[in-house]
Amino acid sequence: MADVSSATRGDLRLTRITKTYGDFTAVNDLSLTIPEGSFFALLGPSGCGKTTTLRMIAGLEEPTVGSIHLGATDITTKRPYQRPINTVFQNYALFPHLTIFENIAFGLRRRGIKDVDADVNKVLELVELPHLAQRKPTQLSGGQQQRIALARAIVNRPALLLLDEPLGALDLKLRRQMQIELKWIQREVGLTFVHVTHDQEEAMTMADTIAVMNEGEIEQMGSPADLYDNPETAFVANFLGQSNLIKGRIEGSDGDNLVVDLFGQKIAMPKKRSHAVDNSIYAGIRPEKFRISLVGTPTRGNILTGGRIEDVSYIGVSTQYQVLMPWGQELMVFEQNDDGVAPFDKGDEVVISWEPNFTFALRGDEDAEAGTEVIPEDLDEE
Amino acid sequence: MTQVQSNSKASRQKDASIPTFPLKARISRWFGRNLIRIYAVFGFTYLFIPVAYTFAFSFNDSGKSNLVWKGFTLDNWKNPCGAPEVCAALGNSIKIGLLATTFSTILGTMIAFAIGRYAFKGRSSSNLLIFLPMATPEIVLGASLLSLFLVFHINPGFWPTVIAHVMFCISFVVVTVKARIASLDPRLEQAAMDLYANELETFKKVTLPLVAPGIAGAALLAFSLSFDDFIITNFNSGTLKTFPEFVYTSAARGIPAQANVIGSAMFFLALIIVIAGQFVGKKAKVAK
Repeated sequence: MADVSSATRGDLRLTRITKTYGDFTAVNDLSLTIPEGSFFALLGPSGCGKTTTLRMIAGLEEPTVGSIHLGATDITTKRPYQRPINTVFQNYALFPHLTIFENIAFGLRRRGIKDVDADVNKVLELVELPHLAQRKPTQLSGGQQQRIALARAIVNRPALLLLDEPLGALDLKLRRQMQIELKWIQREVGLTFVHVTHDQEEAMTMADTIAVMNEGEIEQMGSPADLYDNPETAFVANFLGQSNLIKGRIEGSDGDNLVVDLFGQKIAMPKKRSHAVDNSIYAGIRPEKFRISLVGTPTRGNILTGGRIEDVSYIGVSTQYQVLMPWGQELMVFEQNDDGVAPFDKGDEVVISWEPNFTFALRGDEDAEAGTEVIPEDLDEE
Repeated sequence: MTQVQSNSKASRQKDASIPTFPLKARISRWFGRNLIRIYAVFGFTYLFIPVAYTFAFSFNDSGKSNLVWKGFTLDNWKNPCGAPEVCAALGNSIKIGLLATTFSTILGTMIAFAIGRYAFKGRSSSNLLIFLPMATPEIVLGASLLSLFLVFHINPGFWPTVIAHVMFCISFVVVTVKARIASLDPRLEQAAMDLYANELETFKKVTLPLVAPGIAGAALLAFSLSFDDFIITNFNSGTLKTFPEFVYTSAARGIPAQANVIGSAMFFLALIIVIAGQFVGKKAKVAK
């Protein structure tokens, strides 16, 4: 077949991509650069357009507007078999009538490579399943099929490997194991991986860079730590982990810090962590950044008084508290169980405190609930 | 918890060790368990009596009329073409069957792909029209085909019969192949394209092998429909005689035992094909 493998390499650039189906806009004016050699995750709930984006990169869909470049080559309208890109499909899509060996050799043979034995055996070693070469796909377990699907793609050494919810069908324990293995294989083979998932933990475990997608657009892009510690929108703050978002006003500034009023109580936060456009903000603090202390005990950093513990859940590694504040909002607090006992009880009057540096600020006109009610279970999106 | 469990287990064992069922209850229980088997025996007997009869009478030393048992002979099997016209009729049926199967399978498979895979204007109405010949009485189909041929000044005979057979076989091929295509995951073809197979290679290497069992089944069905057909054939064959027509016309003056030989042979051939197919399928599943 066409000479596609080694010629085009480099960064993948999506430029102002829009994809519409009738009245429905699946992807809206999306621009994105994925650096060569990175492990990149497209993270978002069902129907956010991440799979459509992946299919456009693979060539299984054509964008309505916009262009896709791989290195210097425009691949926007190239057929899937003309692109040096391979996909690990969500349901693996192994060919049921071919042996595992022939499944893996499929891409090599189509490219006119005669002697495939060495390559196929090498990649079977890599996924640790050389003994299954002569089996048929239906005789393999889900985890084994997943590895063969991966082997079938990476044996071609594509410029770009696309993974469409590759671990979705596996049980939790196997998924954790495969996450680590995938990451290891990516380093081992040095290919660019683009991973589509709705599982924020999976994305954070594996990817160097995550783009959080919502309703056809990228909400925020960055390293897992960036996204978690300094989310720019309420959707990101709620979709990646949990956040306490408290309505407030910026009252002034003090050096590098902003002074913020939260229902009459003053707190400080770094200017550079504010994504607000005017004085009206949501102050965001992750639940594990809070500390709880009984009224009267010394505290430092930002302080919110007047809390009462409404609910205590002991979950082993930590204890989760619901603290009712004077303005009627329940804040979530996770305390590490360093000393093994839950020291606060329901009804305790408490003070909440935290380091000012952990605070982030979002625009006050956002929907504080965005991204919370997403139940990322439906795998067959779009 | 464990104690409760072991207790209940012990008491259950105790219960089972005291059989207190009266004879009547035991008999009705036996019937309850074996009713399905008894029913199956009756069912199969009913189905296979005609076949057994046909087979038995293929050994009849019948002379002219094969209605009464006159003695055992192997002559009929040694000389299946012994009766006048029987092998000529069989030859016609096989020729027509093979031609009709070939054309209807090719055309029907293409139609099935078109309807099963592509969205086009008039898709659902084509789908409906394909079903129509199956629902139309054969006698109506046969008569209207004959008048159609006559309008175009085509005399009944071999080729009009082939055309008529292709016509009614296509629907069955389309339905059979379409079912197979519907069960084919489109992601397999996408995966093939993703792995550098162009459209033609994808079809040859992935689509066709996966749909092949459906096509083979459709072809077998088409052949047996064509081979078996009497009504439509009778309208359109003219002076040509197929095997069913031969059996029908000779029924008046007594069917020769050779017809039983050919009938039995066809039955066993079909049986062997089915068993071989099952065996190969099973082997392919287990061996690797």
